[in-house]
Amino acid sequence: MATSTTTAQVDSNHPTHLQHHFVSSEQQFDASKMGMWLFLITELLLFSGMFVAYTVFRVWHPEVFDHSADLLDWRLGGLNTLVLLASSFTVALGIHYIQIGNKKATVVNLIITIVCAAIFMTIKYHEYTGKFEHGIFPGGHFHPHEAFAQYNVPYAAQFFSVYFVMTGIHGFHVLVGMGLLTWLTIRTARGDFSPEYYTPIELTGLYWHLVDIIWVFLFPLLYLI
Amino acid sequence: MWSLGKRKTSFMNEMASSAAVTEANPAASVNYLNYDKSIKSWLLTVDHKRIALMYLVTVALAFLAGGILALLVRIELLTPGKTIMDVQTYNQVFSLHGIIMVFAFIIPSIPAILGNFVMPIQIGAKDVAFPRINLLSYYVYVVGIIIVLLAMLFGRVDTGWTFYTPYSESIGTPILFVTTGVFVAGFASILTGLNFIVTIHKMRAPGMTWNRLPLFVWAIYATSIVQVLATPVIGITMVLLFLERVLSIGIFDPALGGDPVLFQHFFWFYSHPAVYIMILPAFGVMSELMATFSRRAVMGYKFVALSSVAIAFLGFLVWGHHMFVSGQSATSSIIFSLITYLIGIPTGIKVINWVGTMYKGSVWIQTPMLYALSFLFLFSIGGFTGIMLGVLGVDIHLHDTYFVVAHFHYVMMGGTVIAALGGIHYWWPKMTGKMYNETLGRIACGLIFVGFNMTFFTQFILGSQGMPRRYYDYLPRFEHLHQLSTVGSWVLALGLFLVAGYLLFSLKRGKNAPANPWKAVTLEWTNTTPIPHPHNFTSAPVVTRGPYDFHLAPEVFGYTGDGAVADAVPTNDAPATQA
Amino acid sequence: MGENGTFWLPEGASTLSPEFDSLFYFVVIVSTLIFLGVVGGMLYFSFVYRRRNEAEMPEPVHDNKLIEMASVVIPTVLSLIVFTWGFKMYVKMYVAPPDSYQVHVRAQQWSWEFDYPNGTKSIGELHVPEGRPVRLIMNSKDVIHSFFVPAFRVKMDVLPNRYTSVWFNATKTGEFDIFCAEYCGTAHSKMLGKVVVQSESDFTNWLASSQKGSQTPVEHGQTLFTQMTCNACHTIDGSPLVGPSFKGLFGHEVKLADGSTITADENYIRESILQPGAKVVNGYSPIMPATYSTMASEDVDALIAYIKTLK
Repeated sequence: MATSTTTAQVDSNHPTHLQHHFVSSEQQFDASKMGMWLFLITELLLFSGMFVAYTVFRVWHPEVFDHSADLLDWRLGGLNTLVLLASSFTVALGIHYIQIGNKKATVVNLIITIVCAAIFMTIKYHEYTGKFEHGIFPGGHFHPHEAFAQYNVPYAAQFFSVYFVMTGIHGFHVLVGMGLLTWLTIRTARGDFSPEYYTPIELTGLYWHLVDIIWVFLFPLLYLI
Repeated sequence: MWSLGKRKTSFMNEMASSAAVTEANPAASVNYLNYDKSIKSWLLTVDHKRIALMYLVTVALAFLAGGILALLVRIELLTPGKTIMDVQTYNQVFSLHGIIMVFAFIIPSIPAILGNFVMPIQIGAKDVAFPRINLLSYYVYVVGIIIVLLAMLFGRVDTGWTFYTPYSESIGTPILFVTTGVFVAGFASILTGLNFIVTIHKMRAPGMTWNRLPLFVWAIYATSIVQVLATPVIGITMVLLFLERVLSIGIFDPALGGDPVLFQHFFWFYSHPAVYIMILPAFGVMSELMATFSRRAVMGYKFVALSSVAIAFLGFLVWGHHMFVSGQSATSSIIFSLITYLIGIPTGIKVINWVGTMYKGSVWIQTPMLYALSFLFLFSIGGFTGIMLGVLGVDIHLHDTYFVVAHFHYVMMGGTVIAALGGIHYWWPKMTGKMYNETLGRIACGLIFVGFNMTFFTQFILGSQGMPRRYYDYLPRFEHLHQLSTVGSWVLALGLFLVAGYLLFSLKRGKNAPANPWKAVTLEWTNTTPIPHPHNFTSAPVVTRGPYDFHLAPEVFGYTGDGAVADAVPTNDAPATQA
Repeated sequence: MGENGTFWLPEGASTLSPEFDSLFYFVVIVSTLIFLGVVGGMLYFSFVYRRRNEAEMPEPVHDNKLIEMASVVIPTVLSLIVFTWGFKMYVKMYVAPPDSYQVHVRAQQWSWEFDYPNGTKSIGELHVPEGRPVRLIMNSKDVIHSFFVPAFRVKMDVLPNRYTSVWFNATKTGEFDIFCAEYCGTAHSKMLGKVVVQSESDFTNWLASSQKGSQTPVEHGQTLFTQMTCNACHTIDGSPLVGPSFKGLFGHEVKLADGSTITADENYIRESILQPGAKVVNGYSPIMPATYSTMASEDVDALIAYIKTLK
């Protein structure tokens, strides 16, 4: 096993990206991926708390939840699902291209991913403002207007609270992802990555897939059933 | 706050300068403490050992703060009615005592200090997998705790550390700070756990198989799994509580259509596994101490290792035993009670194996071993009373009384704190290059043991007699036991201050420590004291023996037991420096 | 501690306390014995195997499967014994005898109110007859409290959004402490009360003298039934109107609009008054107005008491 010195050298044994406490690029990459998976598991648990809250209130008030879901437009939700699935595909493509050294294609795919995310957020913005216009706010401010007064039943406020909190926190994660992807695009264009070292793209790709999967569960639970 | 920085600085300088004076071993003169003594090199360090020491200072300060609050609580309880403070102050004092002790002291304690310092070296690694995240973890912890403390500026935090709704929603703005602070501090726990899991999986030295891992590493591993899986749940609970206060989302507050018992489920789903975060590392320290001071491998290594994992897993299934009288269904209570007993079994396996380790061993009574023996005594009481609380019918009477308070102090303080003290004494020479005064060590341990039992055993009786917890005022018939408990707290405090005193004193005036004062054979003892800079090992270790194979360690004992070849490359320490 | 208690426990004054005490002492004794074994072993080994010279090298350890198995099997057996005993006792504590004398308890920051079936109310003092099972139906006006009587070995949290209940059968006359056992704010430790256990005759006299001509909860409920115009939509003779009839309702199965069935207990009726759309009965429309959602809990309790009489 090579013992590394304190300063990095650019040679075949010791590339610039290799951190001094690792013995090989492979060990570093493996460790980074494992760390990312563990972090994603914590994210999953964070969301699962909200899924539990949703399940509990749904079991207690099934009709109210059923009825209130009519106010969510499944077509917009479905479109968002497709958009996110597409973005997962493009980020995976981006990783594929950097693995074979095609920097340009990686940048293009990362940009498409960001655009998809932006479309997602725009649709969500549209949905939220639509709700607000009708007086449907989370929690204590839930006062549906005349045309929607029939939805003003006990526990409907809970449904919409769950909706806003879950999609809100999910949306926050999408925004963070957009920021990360933008930073990655800049770094790729700058030449920071190569087939030997593309760990940040791999890790961000994993994060993005999680964001996608969470939406894939959110959508049917909130919009469809 | 200024004194915090000042003490920390002078502490660091003392350690650094005294280490440079070591000179018993010229080759070890450049070590991790003295190679750069600037403040910046400490505050921006990515060295797991320095980070461990920063945690040590901060966690010790948290313990001091929480401890002073405890002393104030006990002084107030000397007499029924007002003794030194009014009821609203008292309610905040006990709440802050709990919040600081749980989130700022005990959850980080052994993992952040001893786990950070010792674990990477015990597996033969140069550092943890993500050193920068390690540093980030420290600052996230500090920021989180500061945010929690800021809550006091905005009103009264008097909910207890459990923040039960709907009461916690009625205290106003402070709950926003408390929830945010706990959320942030929780991330420190998650990041540390994540770091340790990856380190243990990916960075073991060649030959360090899972079966050769020291039991401390197994314990840290199990703890880290719990940290990663459980902490996000308190995170989301805090987020939901925050949102309910700000947006009135109606999840826990019955006035808004929510369910307060749902909060309890969410809260305890984390907080029960959290107590295993608190005790599993202590179990790990115990294994190290019992092995070294019996000079014998821990009996039933595989059972002890796997019992840590079993406890980590089972710990997720019993949260409802905090809620037997909450109004939850009888079926839930029955299931939770049954599984609670199951956790006693792997714990019992450990205790039996530790005692068995001493059988036909070579038992050496030194301060760390005194703490280990104290642990066996105190934790056993804590553990048995935990089983008692798990008995359905019995818990009805004992729940929310001083019996519960006594139980958890026996396991958390009589368990974790005692083990932490044992571990700090054990690894003190390795961390600082100094030895503390052994006589004072024994006296302090005795004071702590006596004071602790005086303080808390009386509380078992108070509880079973019906004294509820979190009470400012109490009926006169409970007065004598409360007074006995308070006097005990003074003896306990004296012992703890004595420990702090002689440990700090040893930094300035203590004897220089040899590389391996305890003749232990895990990897951290194979290099110089303090640990050299820039790397933990002068050359990468190749491991060919188990962690407690004393008979296969000729480089420690000066002879080759049965022909086994020395493995760890002898360090620059000449044999003459090994006492 | 206390006039008639033991070292560990206060005086027991209910039918459950002897059984509780036996189980408690059993666990204490077994735990103490095992504890002495562990500590004894530890001290003995520390002495007998103390290090006599620096170069001592004990024999390497050999795993002893028998000890490992024993340390699994013995605790498991003990656990199962204790669990079964505790479980049986718990079931008895959980299920009140069918003919229990029912008292409504209302907890609030920071006092206890008690409503008796004959209309009597008391604050801070719960009067009960000796030798009869008493069931408490409890509700909080604000935050979570917990009703604890050490002498009876009973405790149950008192919640703001639903009823909880606890029962006991007092075996001695006298006064016994009530504590609030769930932190509820500033005066939590002052939220004390007393259970006053009286002989049947004394109890009857006390009830009569305290009544002061007020309505019983059942009478009050009957008044409310017309006063709040429940009778506009609900009958008491079994015939369906805009809403289902209350005759024979309490304690029976109700089929809901979503197909599920539920038992019409106190919590169901309470919810149906305060949150009418939550559980709509099969075959009826969800049109009960929300105006009753702010009804005072005393009135809800009274209506429930009245509905219980409509067999």
